[in-house]
Amino acid sequence: MSLEKRKAKKSKKKRNRFIFRSIILAVLVGAVVFALVSNSQKDKTIYKVGDQAPDFKLEQINENNELESIQLSDLEGKGVMLNFWATYCEPCEAEMPYMQKLYPEYHNQGIEIVAVSLDGGQLVIDRFIDKYDLTFPVMHDSKGQVSDLYKVGPIPSTFFINPEGEIVEIVEGALTLERLESYFQQVLPE
Amino acid sequence: MDKIKCECGHVNPEGTVLCEACGKPIEKNQHIDGNDKRKLLNMRYDGSARRSLTYNKTIIDKIWSFFSSVKVGIWLIVLALIASAIGTIFPQEIYIPADAVSRDPAIFYEDRYGILGKIYYELGFHNLYSSWWYLLLIALIGVSLVICSLDRVVPLYKALKMQRPKRHETFVTRQRLFSKTEAVSTDEVNSVKDSLQKQGYKIREEDGHIVAEKGRFSRWGPYVNHIGLIIILLAAILRQTPLFFLDEYVWVREGEQTVIPGTDGEYYVKNKKFTLETHDENDERFKEAIEKQGEVVSNYQTDVIVYKAEESEVTGAEPKLTKVKEEDIRMNKPLKFDGYALYQAGYQLNEFSEMSFIIHDIDDEQKKPLAKFTVDELLDPQSSYELDNGFRVEIEHYYPDYVLEDGEPRSESKYPKNPAFVFAVYPPDSEASEISFIGIGRNIDPTGENNYKISIDGFDTRDVSGLTVRRDYTLPFFIIGAVIFMIGVIQGMYWQHRRVWIHPKEEGILLAAHTNKNWFGIQKDIKKAIAGTTINMVVDQQKLHE
Repeated sequence: MSLEKRKAKKSKKKRNRFIFRSIILAVLVGAVVFALVSNSQKDKTIYKVGDQAPDFKLEQINENNELESIQLSDLEGKGVMLNFWATYCEPCEAEMPYMQKLYPEYHNQGIEIVAVSLDGGQLVIDRFIDKYDLTFPVMHDSKGQVSDLYKVGPIPSTFFINPEGEIVEIVEGALTLERLESYFQQVLPE
Repeated sequence: MDKIKCECGHVNPEGTVLCEACGKPIEKNQHIDGNDKRKLLNMRYDGSARRSLTYNKTIIDKIWSFFSSVKVGIWLIVLALIASAIGTIFPQEIYIPADAVSRDPAIFYEDRYGILGKIYYELGFHNLYSSWWYLLLIALIGVSLVICSLDRVVPLYKALKMQRPKRHETFVTRQRLFSKTEAVSTDEVNSVKDSLQKQGYKIREEDGHIVAEKGRFSRWGPYVNHIGLIIILLAAILRQTPLFFLDEYVWVREGEQTVIPGTDGEYYVKNKKFTLETHDENDERFKEAIEKQGEVVSNYQTDVIVYKAEESEVTGAEPKLTKVKEEDIRMNKPLKFDGYALYQAGYQLNEFSEMSFIIHDIDDEQKKPLAKFTVDELLDPQSSYELDNGFRVEIEHYYPDYVLEDGEPRSESKYPKNPAFVFAVYPPDSEASEISFIGIGRNIDPTGENNYKISIDGFDTRDVSGLTVRRDYTLPFFIIGAVIFMIGVIQGMYWQHRRVWIHPKEEGILLAAHTNKNWFGIQKDIKKAIAGTTINMVVDQQKLHE
């Protein structure tokens, strides 16, 4: 074999090796990227702080409140406390008086409370409203669509939404009066 | 740098430790396997050139050689192991108990576990197993597995294919099992040859040099095993995509029809009936369990109908449903349709569906009904009832799942498992009402001044079935991967690659042998082969050195 031939053969082999390794690495990197991307997209349905709060519309059932129905997007410009609760849930019941206590004052300043009940029937909700003299809007998520949209797990679960419609804070579990007030301050319109 | 030409004439690739053909150690490469420091040859990968150890020119080559290092692979595994272990110290985010003061992970971990909990949360261990870096670590193990295997199996295959019966003397003398016999006749060599052949060795000869070899395919065991692992990892990646894997849960009440989650509203399921059966209490087989628990369930079953929704013309209109399948679902006997499977996964017995009541005079022992009414949907009851005879009943309070807590009546859930009512009864032509409290086994007149009494006349119950909806196209891949994995293990474990070399020297021979495991076995083979000859039994040179 002449020197040129050997050199040519060697460089050809080198090129083949380079191509082979590049292809294998590209395939592996592709698989890894695919795995990571598809995993991160799985969580995309869960809304996080900083996300735009998804819109929904439900009938308003509290007779002490003049609204007939609530569509979240109509509340733009107001700070919103979106509260998921139920009559049978004790911590939910515990925070309701605080919400009612702060509501009249903060409602005048541009805060709206949207309380979505996960109860089975409207009767128990009506009685609950009477018991605590609630005046803020209350909705019944009878088909569980809204709680499904927000991927609500155990209740109470509360989303504080700023006037731009962005989720500012997500609170899992009951609120104290002080914390509730500080969250209201956070989403207060200018 | 050029290829290395051995004195036997064979041209070896760069980085070769032992000549592929004759086995002569290649002078300048002995440091690679550490042969320069030892008398015996390191037979790892038969001294073939692991390409990663030699070429390091381009960035691709550098990445390649990084991942082809077994050391790197083991470190990745150790890191994954440590991380996985740390992930079990405190509960993961999804297992934060529902009764925690705050389920917000930012608060929960510090609140319950103090500073360690805070560190745990800050470092992201509360969501470890789906965190990007944990997945990346696992993925890198996969990459290392592929590259390590490729980088070794190819040269090893070549070296074993190239090997010639005629080996260089140093190769033979530096084997672990070795003996030298001064004078050996051709007959004796032939009888050894025959005996080895009978023991299943494949004999090859070249100028009187003999190699007897068996079980070479056992060398591929680890690589077959790795292929299985790679298939399993790929299946795990596919499982991340909803196209290949779906896992949902749905509660369906008896008589109820609901959309099957995860099917984009395409399929509906109707629960006809739930059945719970128990073994006969006198069944000898379950005597102990029955004594302990009272009863042993023999069957959980839901009879269902699955419907497919036809594309409705007007959006929002109720879809037209066509029956797909009507079947019983039992434990481990799922209903399968169009790639989906419905599994019996849970149940709730005797949820109340409706209750009927009578109103009678409180002093009437016969309980002659003055009026009757029925609360017909206990999940969502209507609040007011106009009755015959001018009676009117209002539900003042309703507790679907009644409990008494600190003297206060309340409901534990929204499901009517133990319904209780506070009724206000308005007698005919009366604006004043009487209050009664009625529940299962409770009937209270709180004021003690009632003229009328409400009693439960009857009720209906229904069961609720919990069904798991699953679609899993990855299972066959896992099975194939596991089978290949197992074949690889068996291949590498139960066979050994044994080689015996006979190297003629002057009047006598040099006898040497190598195996990848079970040195006792190969010595037995040789003992049998040289029986009746004057050839010296091989000596374990490694033992001599110790």
